[in-house]
Amino acid sequence: MSTPDQWPLWEVFVRSKNGLSHKHSGSLHAPDAEMALKNARDVYTRRSEGTSIWVVPSSAIVASAPDEKEVLFAPSDDKVYRHPTFYEIPDEVGHM
Amino acid sequence: MAPTVDLEARFLAYVAAENKVEPKHWMPDAYRKTLVRQISQHAHSEVVGMLPEANWITRAPSLRAKLILLAKVQDEGGHGLYLYSAAETLGTSRDQMIDDLLAGKAKYSSIFNYPTLTWADMGAVGWLVDGAAIQNQVMLCRTSYGPYSRAMVRICKEESFHQRQGYEIMMHLARGTQEQKAMAQDALNRWWWPSLMMFGPSDDQSPNSAQSMAWRIKRKSNDDLRQEFIDKTVPQAEFIGLSIPDPDLKWNEERGHYDFGAIDWSEFFAVVAGNGPCNTERLEARRKAHAEGAWVREAASAYAAKQSARRPAAGLPAKPHAA
Repeated sequence: MSTPDQWPLWEVFVRSKNGLSHKHSGSLHAPDAEMALKNARDVYTRRSEGTSIWVVPSSAIVASAPDEKEVLFAPSDDKVYRHPTFYEIPDEVGHM
Repeated sequence: MAPTVDLEARFLAYVAAENKVEPKHWMPDAYRKTLVRQISQHAHSEVVGMLPEANWITRAPSLRAKLILLAKVQDEGGHGLYLYSAAETLGTSRDQMIDDLLAGKAKYSSIFNYPTLTWADMGAVGWLVDGAAIQNQVMLCRTSYGPYSRAMVRICKEESFHQRQGYEIMMHLARGTQEQKAMAQDALNRWWWPSLMMFGPSDDQSPNSAQSMAWRIKRKSNDDLRQEFIDKTVPQAEFIGLSIPDPDLKWNEERGHYDFGAIDWSEFFAVVAGNGPCNTERLEARRKAHAEGAWVREAASAYAAKQSARRPAAGLPAKPHAA
C-alpha cells in the first residue's frame, strides 16, 4: 500500500519579499529537488507568501545540540559592553 | 535516586514557565506519545475532512462557489501536511501514520463521519465545523510543543476564510427563497449537535485532559471551549434568522453565558466506535485514493532514481549559490 522507500524530507525556506532573508516555513517529503520545489510552492505559498523558495535536504542540516546551549550561548550573556546601551552618552550630544 | 524524576520535574517547570519544547529537547515519553497521537489524529482529520466537502465540488451552484470550495479543500490537504510534518519531528514516520489511518487503527475527528446532504451543508460545515475547529486551534497556537504551535499559527491564519465563506453561504440561503431558508435551517439542525461534540466529552469524563493541561499541550478545558463556541455562534445564527435546534438554549445573565441542553454522548461514542453514518465510506475513499495514486508515487521515485544516476549531484540544484 505504501511507497517502498519513504521520500526524503526537505526543509522549505521562503523569501516573503525581495530585500528580506529566506525564512524557514516548514518541511515536506519529495522524491527529488524539483518535486520538492513544486510541492513547496503548493504547500507553503498558496497566498502570495513568497517571491523565492529554497528547498534543502533535511539531512544536510547540521544543528547544534540543546545541551550545548550553555557552552555556545552563555559566554555572550555577560558581555553587555557589546550593546550600545552600555555606554552613557550625555543627551546634549544628540542621537548617536 | 531516579534521574528521570528530576528530569520530569524540570520539564514540568520549564513548560509551566511558558517555554516551548523543541524536537531535540528531552521530554517525557508520555508527553511525546500523547503528542504523536494528538497531532497525527489532527492531521488525519484534515485529510479525511476533505471528503465531505469534495463531495460538492462538481455540484457547486456557481463558478465562484466552486473556486472557493476547491481552495478550501486544497487548504485542508495542506493543513494535513503541516501537521504530519510536526508529528514527524517526534520520531514517527509519515508512512507509519498513513498506514495506521488506512488500516483503521488511527482516529480522526468524528464530525467527518456525517454526510453532506445538501449545498447548505457546505455552509454549515464551514461556519460550524470550521468554527469549532478554530476555537480549538486558536488555543493550540499556544501549545507547548514548538512545531505543533507553529503549524497551528499557520493553519489559523488560513482557517478564518473557511468559516467566513461558510457563514456567507448560510447567509445567502437564509435570505433567499422559503425553500433555501429551510435548507439552511435543516443543515443547522443536523450539524449543531455534532459540532458541539467536536470539543470532546465533559471535563470530568476526559481523563487525559488534566495531564495535557499540566504539560501545557492543552490550554483550556473541553467545556470551556464548547461554551465559548456557543456564546459566539448563537448571535451569528440570530443575525441571519436561523434558530439553534436546542429548546433549552437561553442566555444566563448571572453566568454571562448561554445555558444549553444536554448533549447526547451515546451518539458521540457510537460514531467514535465506528458506527457513524459514513465511517466505512470515508476509510474506503482514503484507501482507494491511496491505491490509485500508487503509480504516481512509483513513477516519481523511478524518475528521481534515474536522474540521480545520471547526475552525481542530482537532487541538488546545480547552481553556485542558492540565492
